[in-house]
Amino acid sequence: MKSAMTVGRAWKNASIWLLYFVALLPAGWEFYLGATDNLGADPVKTFERFLGLWAVRLLILTLAISPVRDVVRVNLIRYRRALGLTCFYYALMHFSAYVFLDQELEVHAIIADFVKRPFIMLGMTGLVLLIPLAVTSNAISIRRLGKNWLQLHRLIYAIAICGAIHLSLATKIISIEHWLYLALLTMLILYRCGRPLLKRQRTVDILPAKG
Amino acid sequence: MTFKPPKISSSEITPVRDWLRRREFLTMSAAFAFAAGLPREGHTAPLAASSSDYTVPDKLTPKKDVTSYNNFYEFGLSKDDPANKSDDFKPAPWSIRVDGMVAKPTTFAVENLLKLFPPQERVYRMRCVEAWSMVIPWDGFPLTAILDRVEPLGSAKYVAFESVVRPDEMPGQRGVFQSLSWPYVEALRLDEARHPLTLLAVGVYGETLPSQNGAPIRLIVPWKYGFKGLKSIVRITLTAKQPKNTWSVAAPSEYGFYANVNPSVPHPRWSQATERRIGAGGLFGSSRVPTLMFNGYSDQVAGLYSGMDLQTSF
Repeated sequence: MKSAMTVGRAWKNASIWLLYFVALLPAGWEFYLGATDNLGADPVKTFERFLGLWAVRLLILTLAISPVRDVVRVNLIRYRRALGLTCFYYALMHFSAYVFLDQELEVHAIIADFVKRPFIMLGMTGLVLLIPLAVTSNAISIRRLGKNWLQLHRLIYAIAICGAIHLSLATKIISIEHWLYLALLTMLILYRCGRPLLKRQRTVDILPAKG
Repeated sequence: MTFKPPKISSSEITPVRDWLRRREFLTMSAAFAFAAGLPREGHTAPLAASSSDYTVPDKLTPKKDVTSYNNFYEFGLSKDDPANKSDDFKPAPWSIRVDGMVAKPTTFAVENLLKLFPPQERVYRMRCVEAWSMVIPWDGFPLTAILDRVEPLGSAKYVAFESVVRPDEMPGQRGVFQSLSWPYVEALRLDEARHPLTLLAVGVYGETLPSQNGAPIRLIVPWKYGFKGLKSIVRITLTAKQPKNTWSVAAPSEYGFYANVNPSVPHPRWSQATERRIGAGGLFGSSRVPTLMFNGYSDQVAGLYSGMDLQTSF
């Protein structure tokens, strides 16, 4: 019995590391394709977009953890940190691809882009806001910050808004896939806004049964 | 130098298509890495073209990139959709109607156009509004030649162009999600249309146009952003009033009527000061170069716009 529990815990820990590996695999594979000239005619743009899209996908998965727990009663909370952190890594790689490969480190052009264009400004704001969340994602910070940790990590919804607008401005025409991501992000943000109300409702439902 | 019509019509080369299909099956079973990199050239035939003086000295963009990286939303939004989803498209037989304010409205079959106006090779820079560029050897003839033939009336001021609408053959024109309203339309001022650089292209890299590049005939205006060069043209109409063009209707604050390449007028969402020159070599192969006024054709075309404020007439 005890050994079965230990095996169970070991698998849970291993599955988290597996998640990191699986989530970062697409970036490694895409980079390999790009470096070996297998990403088509405009590999820089393809690679840059790919990293940004994966950041969005992982952001959606991160935000989906608590609604899934509330609605489907499946608790995947142990994977949330890995999802959030890989979202940050993808956003960081996306930014690096923009700075080094796309803009070729033309600092003046990058600053001009940032100042003049909401598209770039929102993307960078999202990334900057991700930094404190990534830095305080460890157990020690959670313990030290206590209630403040929860407050701080609500920033993820501001990040989601930045990311959604950034995505919607990235192309001349928004594709069906991008519309899907935008719809999911909107739903997840709205769910978070309505969640306190839902909880109150549930408490009211439960109370008479108890009484 | 003399023009020889292609001996093989595209309808007779289905074996080539089958052969390409065979490769498709092979690539599907092969690793994704190889499948992603394979160009699909569609069905084209050799095209004889004379040389011309209209050639820029820049290094040519590899043919596989010219024929695999396209914006042609009638086939889909992805850059590889035009090459991958154009198998059903039938660019032959084809005819173009030239009408409106002309003395002799005429319908031209494309094969007759090739006899009337023997193609010349022209190596032009192509600057996309999305800030990437290519250098492409087109084969075609000046638009002004076909205009001379139909004799524009003195009252004609603009030339309107219309692309094909064939939902059965073009997946981007089917279904609930439609990216733009069809047909895709474009227009030029008559003096722009009459400019010797303005080309009706019927081939690229010495072969008839593949579907993804706008078979069988498309417009090339090298000093303007690529979206002015509409593909698979079915109608050219001369008008007195300025016609609508698709992108300026879809997003008027972002795309204008003129769409002249201009590094000092940014797109609202991105800079137009530089462009990424598409080239071989993967992630580290392309390079960013400064965008030139009128895409480097200032000497030839700046006079068309003297006295105009290009910041507002973008």
